[in-house]
Amino acid sequence: MTMSEGDLAVAELTFVRGAMLDSKPPPAAMRGAVGWMRENLLSSPFNIALTIVIALLLAWIIPDLVRFLLIDAVWTGADREACMETVQNRAIGACWPFVWERWPYFVYGSYPGPERWRVDVFFVMLAIGVVWLLWLHAPRRDVGAFYFFVILPVSAFILLTGWRAIGLEPVDTVLWGGILVTIVVAWVGILVSLPIGILLALGRRSHMPAVRLFSVTFIEFVRGVPLVTVLFMASVMLPLFVPEQYSPDKLLRALVGIALFASAYMAEVVRAGLQAIPKGQFEGAMAVGLNYPQRMRLIILPQALKITIPNIVNTYIGLFKDTTLVFIVGIFDFLHTVEVSRIDPKWSTPVTSTTGYAVAAIFYLIFCYAMSRYARATEARLALSDRR
Amino acid sequence: MSIDLPAGSPPARVAFYNDPKIRAVAYQIALVAIVAFFVYVAARNAITNLERAHIASGFGFWFNTAGFDISQTLIEYSAQGSSYGRAFWVGLLNTLLVAGLGIVFATIIGFVIGIARLSKNWLVAKAATGYVETIRNIPLLLQLLFWYNAVLKALPEMHESIKIPGGIVLNNRGLFLPHPVYGPGFKWVVAAFCVAVLASVIFYVLARQRQLRTGQQAPVFLVSFGLIIGLPLLVFLISGLPLSFVFPQAGRFNISGALEVLPEFAALLFGLSIYTAAFIAEVVRAGILAVSRGQTEAAYSLGLKPGPTLRLVVVPQAMRVIIPPLTSQYLNLTKNSSLAVAIGYPDLVQVFTGTVLNQTGQAVEVVAITMAVYLTISLVTSLLMNFYNSRIALVER
Repeated sequence: MTMSEGDLAVAELTFVRGAMLDSKPPPAAMRGAVGWMRENLLSSPFNIALTIVIALLLAWIIPDLVRFLLIDAVWTGADREACMETVQNRAIGACWPFVWERWPYFVYGSYPGPERWRVDVFFVMLAIGVVWLLWLHAPRRDVGAFYFFVILPVSAFILLTGWRAIGLEPVDTVLWGGILVTIVVAWVGILVSLPIGILLALGRRSHMPAVRLFSVTFIEFVRGVPLVTVLFMASVMLPLFVPEQYSPDKLLRALVGIALFASAYMAEVVRAGLQAIPKGQFEGAMAVGLNYPQRMRLIILPQALKITIPNIVNTYIGLFKDTTLVFIVGIFDFLHTVEVSRIDPKWSTPVTSTTGYAVAAIFYLIFCYAMSRYARATEARLALSDRR
Repeated sequence: MSIDLPAGSPPARVAFYNDPKIRAVAYQIALVAIVAFFVYVAARNAITNLERAHIASGFGFWFNTAGFDISQTLIEYSAQGSSYGRAFWVGLLNTLLVAGLGIVFATIIGFVIGIARLSKNWLVAKAATGYVETIRNIPLLLQLLFWYNAVLKALPEMHESIKIPGGIVLNNRGLFLPHPVYGPGFKWVVAAFCVAVLASVIFYVLARQRQLRTGQQAPVFLVSFGLIIGLPLLVFLISGLPLSFVFPQAGRFNISGALEVLPEFAALLFGLSIYTAAFIAEVVRAGILAVSRGQTEAAYSLGLKPGPTLRLVVVPQAMRVIIPPLTSQYLNLTKNSSLAVAIGYPDLVQVFTGTVLNQTGQAVEVVAITMAVYLTISLVTSLLMNFYNSRIALVER
């Protein structure tokens, strides 16, 4: 195709832009930090007022918090004198030397000093198990699961309670305390509640009336009463129900209470997962000739548990927080050791209580927040894999 | 490749132990037998153990003299003149009081925070998120101990009490409010209030009928607000201010003549409200997010203003999602009020499962009664909830 002389002349006279212009930047007031603030903080008179109120509130809380925890805090000292305003003649924040000195008690309770390495070994073994299970690219996660659910409980039991035959001095559970007890209670609750919860959830959806009645009664009964009363029941009634010579020790009673309580809640979480599985999955599994245990193990539970993982983790967060209630039946969990330490006359100052509670709050906050992040990440990952 | 079965052939023979029906019966018999066995063994052991410890059984203790004091009693109670049964009612009323007030406060805070989390204002949304994430992840027991021991017990002593204008006195023994004294004319104020409420209801019904008939709206909210506040106020002024206050008289060691709020009660109420509010906020947020944007847009395109859109379209649909989990949060709050035992507020668990159990030793009966109370509250609430759910459930075509 050739261009005629006339066309060429027109082309020279008219201006036709060959390339698009870059779009102009928005007005200065609409972009950058200023624009962002206009959009997100100052969009209307009401919003301006809200922003000011919240900013004032934060300006009131955060500096005080920082001053208490860091700036005015006492970092070294031998006893209460170091944290007394009247002795030091300055504003006093958190009394950290109290925490440094009491830290071993917060971690091990009254576990005998020479045997504390056993607790450390337990913590390390538990950490290995947790990482092995949670890290998606870890090698041989099936072995990890076996380790976490079978090897670890058995070895931890032997390690912590002791076994003379292999040279481990027995340690009475009365001496256990602190973070050790918090972790043991939470971990036993986690281990026991999942299988029992699954069985109860399956029982509640069973076609056999007696099984269903049993499951429903148990679940609704436990969910209808406060954990405190379940713990009271476990601690004062359990010893009545067994022959005197087999009377369980205090920690075991609390563990039974927590495990029963957590199982009932877990059952409802698992049931929600089972209900989300389409009927066709059950029918398909029946059609290929699988019997009930096979259907559940191979087809239904893998799908139901997968979608339930975030809720299971949320239940675990609740369980972890609920472990503090063993305090009420006289078990020395982490919170209880803090509570006992804060009234120790050696460290009795106006700031000791707040310091102790701050440490406990930070501890629970870190653990629970980490778990909730994990639950959310899992939810996002599963949502991604379900998208078609 | 099909096999033709002769018509009318008997079904395939299965060994009786493979018949699903027989198996189901066998499983159930086994379960019942195991449960019955455990119950029998437990009961037998309990009887032996109780006999050995010389503990009486049965509910006879209900009428025995309690002999211990309770720091907060809503009904008449005295250590020497009242029975364990009376102590039970005192504890139960204290539980219901703290739970009821806690529900009110938690709902208010929770709705505010939940809506704030969805605010377009970045600072407001982040502050609300920070509140929820912090409060939810710290155990309630720790929060209660903090409020009680680190905040309220750290208040000044009795002789250095903080005096707040209006005759309020605050110290580490509690909050002391002026005690209201109702004059003889006060019953007219109450009567005026009842009349105003009744009149508002009638006005609402009439206004609604008129709107259905003619389409004209009436300022129902303004009129009933004016009636309910204005009428009692008017009567109050006319009848010569029949209400006076007795102000707290600060002595050296005690304060007399005041309405006393125990620090235990304040700490429990504070802790429960703040903790549950974080959960309610999440419920509210999820409920509002569950109403699709199209609903708002459709309401606007029908010509509804933002106010009626929220009131008539968004909120009713959000409430359908919000109310069931909200109820379970209310139940959680009620059950969590049993943590009172840790800070010494005389609720049902502290009075009954604590003191009464220690004095009588009748663990089975006392724990059973306590559990029955909470179970009743839970079951009644779930029944009402099921009724409500079936009423508001979406009717799909």
